[in-house]
Amino acid sequence: MVQLLQYAKRQANALRGNQTETTHDVRPGTHLQLWFLVLVVVFPIVVAVIVSTKETGVVTSLGDLLPGSYAVENYREALVDYQFGRFMWNSLAMSLVIVVGKLIVSVFAAMAIVYYRVPYKDLVFLFILFTLLLPVPVRFIPLFQLMNDLGWSNTILAITVPYIASATTVFILRQHFLSIPTSIVETAKIDGVGPLRFMLFVLLPMSKGVLVGVSIIMFVYAWNQYLWPLIIIDSEANQVAQVGLQLLQGDVQGGQLSWSLVMAGSTLTLLPPLLLMIVFRKPLLETFSIQQK
Amino acid sequence: MTTVTLQNLQKSFGDVVAVNSIDLEIEDGEFLVVVGPSGCGKSTTLRLLAGLEPTTDGRIEMGNRDVTGVEPKNRNVAMVFQNYALYPHMTGRRNITFGMKSSGDFSDAEIESRVEDAAETLDIEDLLDRKPEAMSGGERQRVALGRAIVRDPDVFLMDEPLSNLDAKLRIQMRAELARLHSALETTTVYVTHDQTEAMTLGERVVVMNDGQIMQVDEPQVLYDFPANRFVAEFIGDPAMNMIPVDIENGHAVHDAFTLPLPSGDDSPSTERNGAGDTRISDARHAILGIRPEDFRLSDVQTDDGLPTIDAEVNVREPLGDSLLLHCSIGATACNIQAEPRTEVHAGDTVSVTYDPARLHLFEDKTGEAFYHSGLHLPSDEQVVSQVSK
Repeated sequence: MVQLLQYAKRQANALRGNQTETTHDVRPGTHLQLWFLVLVVVFPIVVAVIVSTKETGVVTSLGDLLPGSYAVENYREALVDYQFGRFMWNSLAMSLVIVVGKLIVSVFAAMAIVYYRVPYKDLVFLFILFTLLLPVPVRFIPLFQLMNDLGWSNTILAITVPYIASATTVFILRQHFLSIPTSIVETAKIDGVGPLRFMLFVLLPMSKGVLVGVSIIMFVYAWNQYLWPLIIIDSEANQVAQVGLQLLQGDVQGGQLSWSLVMAGSTLTLLPPLLLMIVFRKPLLETFSIQQK
Repeated sequence: MTTVTLQNLQKSFGDVVAVNSIDLEIEDGEFLVVVGPSGCGKSTTLRLLAGLEPTTDGRIEMGNRDVTGVEPKNRNVAMVFQNYALYPHMTGRRNITFGMKSSGDFSDAEIESRVEDAAETLDIEDLLDRKPEAMSGGERQRVALGRAIVRDPDVFLMDEPLSNLDAKLRIQMRAELARLHSALETTTVYVTHDQTEAMTLGERVVVMNDGQIMQVDEPQVLYDFPANRFVAEFIGDPAMNMIPVDIENGHAVHDAFTLPLPSGDDSPSTERNGAGDTRISDARHAILGIRPEDFRLSDVQTDDGLPTIDAEVNVREPLGDSLLLHCSIGATACNIQAEPRTEVHAGDTVSVTYDPARLHLFEDKTGEAFYHSGLHLPSDEQVVSQVSK
């Protein structure tokens, strides 16, 4: 809104002939497009937030899109009566374990690929990239079998360990490591800096931004897991938030599908990734724009 | 005491031969500069010395120790890179000490005192607590030098350390490097593509091309007695003029001129250049090399009986301390360096003469030098005139 006002002011000034701001090439068309796109993306979320404040949350006309007064009641019911906090906690634990595990494995893998003379290195890397071509659900049946054989089903191990290897992360880290000047690596080599010391004191500090960015991407990905937890976790106490949303639907058979409750849960689920994105938006953007030297 | 010996050193990357059978002896405490165009193998040679690349064939000895397959960290060499290679997240002090602490060969007190010494030598005390991003290019390179000297290595390896600096700073750092070397007297191998750096810094200069050594000599000898066309054209700016001629009875014959070739075989330096055999009596094709500054406009200088050559001026370039004329002599393009403020314009025809003691002849096909008219080492006067350039 503020931007729109500023934009209008600038236009008015320009019409009067006061060329005070010449820094930006501001065209109304560009702004309209941007605002339209923002609207398209944000609209469903805004509707979800509005619905979560209503009694039943059935939207049939535009008039239903005004905020209601049941916000506190709905969020209390979701968190307390339906133990949604428990699901959120499970989700958080799962996501953190996945992020940390992925980081450790991927840093070692990318380091090996970039800095070591491994026979058939390119082939190995290609093979890692190849796993990107396999959608996760393809692996569900053998994975289910494996988890049962290991006795891991219904535990946090089942929903974290299968996700710890990540081709995307290895790829992003590899690209970043390649962008670090080789002379820095060679200086360390000549000085006799060992590989672990090099990783801890040179490589990781120089990769801080990318590691944070990658962590955010991985966190959101892990947080949004739905299908696999639904299959492998069968106790409510160990379930994650994305699956837990379904439980908020309540007694559908009785015609009591409470949309407002579901939307309250959805809004809650949205918050942790949103917060992370806002706090770490800078390293996130840098990560997406890294380039190989 | 560290002499470095390269024997039949070879390095190929797949089918590409980067370093082709190099033999070289680097004396203890010498400042040796390796110069050549991009891709001539000079940096690869340095990396082979550092152990950053495995050799394909041949031997490297440092201080009579065979280090051919030895890990970089066990060679006791220090390397300075073009892009400084400082760790961006560490302060100047930590950059200097990090490698020493990692190797575990030094006590904390020793590291501390060495850092202080190095900082004093390089005048970087106030940079020790700053991070590289808060330093200028010259300051960064000083810190990088500090990191190299604290370890008291047997050999310094420098890979174009001044190339990222601006022109003024480069000249300043050049003098500083020379001062540092005379203070430390550590064997130094310095790679550059800049012939001015090579000439000013090197006690001896190695000129490389296509993975091979073209010539190894003191800078002035390289300039005055190039072993082949490549060295003649690479060393010296503007480059030596190469004029195709026919040799007939001790004369160089061109469409536009005929000039006598002085014969003088009483020189001590004949053997040095392998060009003592003054084969100027047989008829043959050859390339006559004359440096732009060895031409003179004949109406400026008193004529001493030398033949004059007519040259048509195409472009005049005032350089301040001299005037560079791009001319045509017959069909051959030729650069002539004249006195500054000479009244010559494009389109004029000037008559030029030359310094008869500064003629070079190269084989038509191989480019090997087979004749230098000035078979004596340059006089003091000439040395002064070249240094001032």
